[in-house]
Amino acid sequence: MPLLSFLDRQRSVAHPGYSRWLVPPAALAIHLAIGQVYSFSVFKIPLTELIGITKPGPDDWAQSQVAWIFSLAIVMLGLSAALFGKWLETAGPRKAMFVSACCFGLGFVIAYFGAVSHQLWLLYFGYGVVGGVGLGLGYISPVSTLIKWFPDRPGLATGMAIMGFGGGAMIGSPLAIKLMAHFRTPTDVGVGKTFLVMGALYLCFMMLGVFMIRVPRDDWKPEHWAAPVKLQALITTHDVDVSTAMKTPQFYLLWIILCVNVTAGIGILEQASPMIQDLFKGMIGPVAAGGFVGLLSLFNMGGRFFWSTTSDFIGRKPTYFIFLALGAALYVFLPRTGGDHMNSVKLFVAVACVLLSMYGGGFATIPAYLRDLFGSHNVSAIHGRLLTAWSTAGVLGPVLVNDMREYQLAHGVDKAGAYQTVMHIMAGLLVVGFIANVLVKPVDPKYWLPDSVPRNESGSLH
Amino acid sequence: MAENTKKSSPATILAAWLVVCIPLAWGVYNTLLSSMKLFAAVPSGF
Repeated sequence: MPLLSFLDRQRSVAHPGYSRWLVPPAALAIHLAIGQVYSFSVFKIPLTELIGITKPGPDDWAQSQVAWIFSLAIVMLGLSAALFGKWLETAGPRKAMFVSACCFGLGFVIAYFGAVSHQLWLLYFGYGVVGGVGLGLGYISPVSTLIKWFPDRPGLATGMAIMGFGGGAMIGSPLAIKLMAHFRTPTDVGVGKTFLVMGALYLCFMMLGVFMIRVPRDDWKPEHWAAPVKLQALITTHDVDVSTAMKTPQFYLLWIILCVNVTAGIGILEQASPMIQDLFKGMIGPVAAGGFVGLLSLFNMGGRFFWSTTSDFIGRKPTYFIFLALGAALYVFLPRTGGDHMNSVKLFVAVACVLLSMYGGGFATIPAYLRDLFGSHNVSAIHGRLLTAWSTAGVLGPVLVNDMREYQLAHGVDKAGAYQTVMHIMAGLLVVGFIANVLVKPVDPKYWLPDSVPRNESGSLH
Repeated sequence: MAENTKKSSPATILAAWLVVCIPLAWGVYNTLLSSMKLFAAVPSGF
């Protein structure tokens, strides 16, 4: 179709003189939008009061049923990133971003019909499945393009985009709250119309990214920049195909590193609000605890940019050594800042903020680590497959945290003591990740794509 | 057909960044406001 040919990779090749600084805003437009998923909890209570309006009615959905919408979206994020990564490498980022925007926007529209007709399966299918596909495609679509535009600073480039995913919740949450308040009437909680408006807004915002994104020409490189002659041991100038990458131990080592880093981060995120209230009883109430959660999200976002940029200077492997070693030490230390020991709220908050910055940093630095090991040829597709570690951690983290805590409480351990055990488990997981990071070595040359194999603009093989 | 070699203008680059930074700044501002509730609750010395 001629209209859609605009989306073809050939049509998105940048003309000479096109500034690479137009590419990160394109990526940010996508990530700021899809990052909304992390603020889905603002819909939880309104969705349980669709019939009762002021309180849950007998036919209203339970919170546990509503929680599955978010879980489905995250699972679909991982699955679609893994499944469609290879397609994205050949179709190009513009087409992938377009499909992502359509899926994400359509997900909201279907969710609107689910809310107004009180059909839960429509919310599962709309926001969870269709929207989740938009999340996965959108998350990985700008990665390899940014790395190709910024061969001198791949960490900075991917950090800027993935920072947007952390920032998306900060926009999505107040936006949804204001829209629901605007649409609320005595007979309607306003959540349906909010879905519809948000779907339209996010579709338009993501389309800005679709129009702005460009891929560099094959012969393009930054002005006054030459590829370094002597590379660090882990940085390759060779490429590894996505299917071959899956056969290397490096892929699975990075999978473990990402999985434990995310699981540990969820250990704090999942219980941030009750934890600070339990550790500082009588000093911190629910309102202040809400402020603490907001502060954590700021550090989660800032850490994505800070750590990935830092990794350009100190290297990817040392950066993960910091996350995993410092992280393990801080997880052991965190409960000791509580009321039973040091009784320092400031220290507790400072430690938790550093931990959350490293949680975000782990997400943002992984694409550059993949580029170092496997080259930029199939990095989006490899990144997509690696994101299954995130989906796994998304299930593993809450299960570990909640089950372990409930087990402890059931056996007479006090609340503060139960947190200590959970934090020690998180520290243990990070030690496992540390060992995996030690084992990361350069990819064996037998896995490299032969230099003689020609590739087209898309980076795919002829 | 002559190849387009026009350099991207600084105004275009600035506009592109503003489009994404304004909503982000709004989100950060709202989050900071919410975070202030924590600092208001913590007595000095703790």
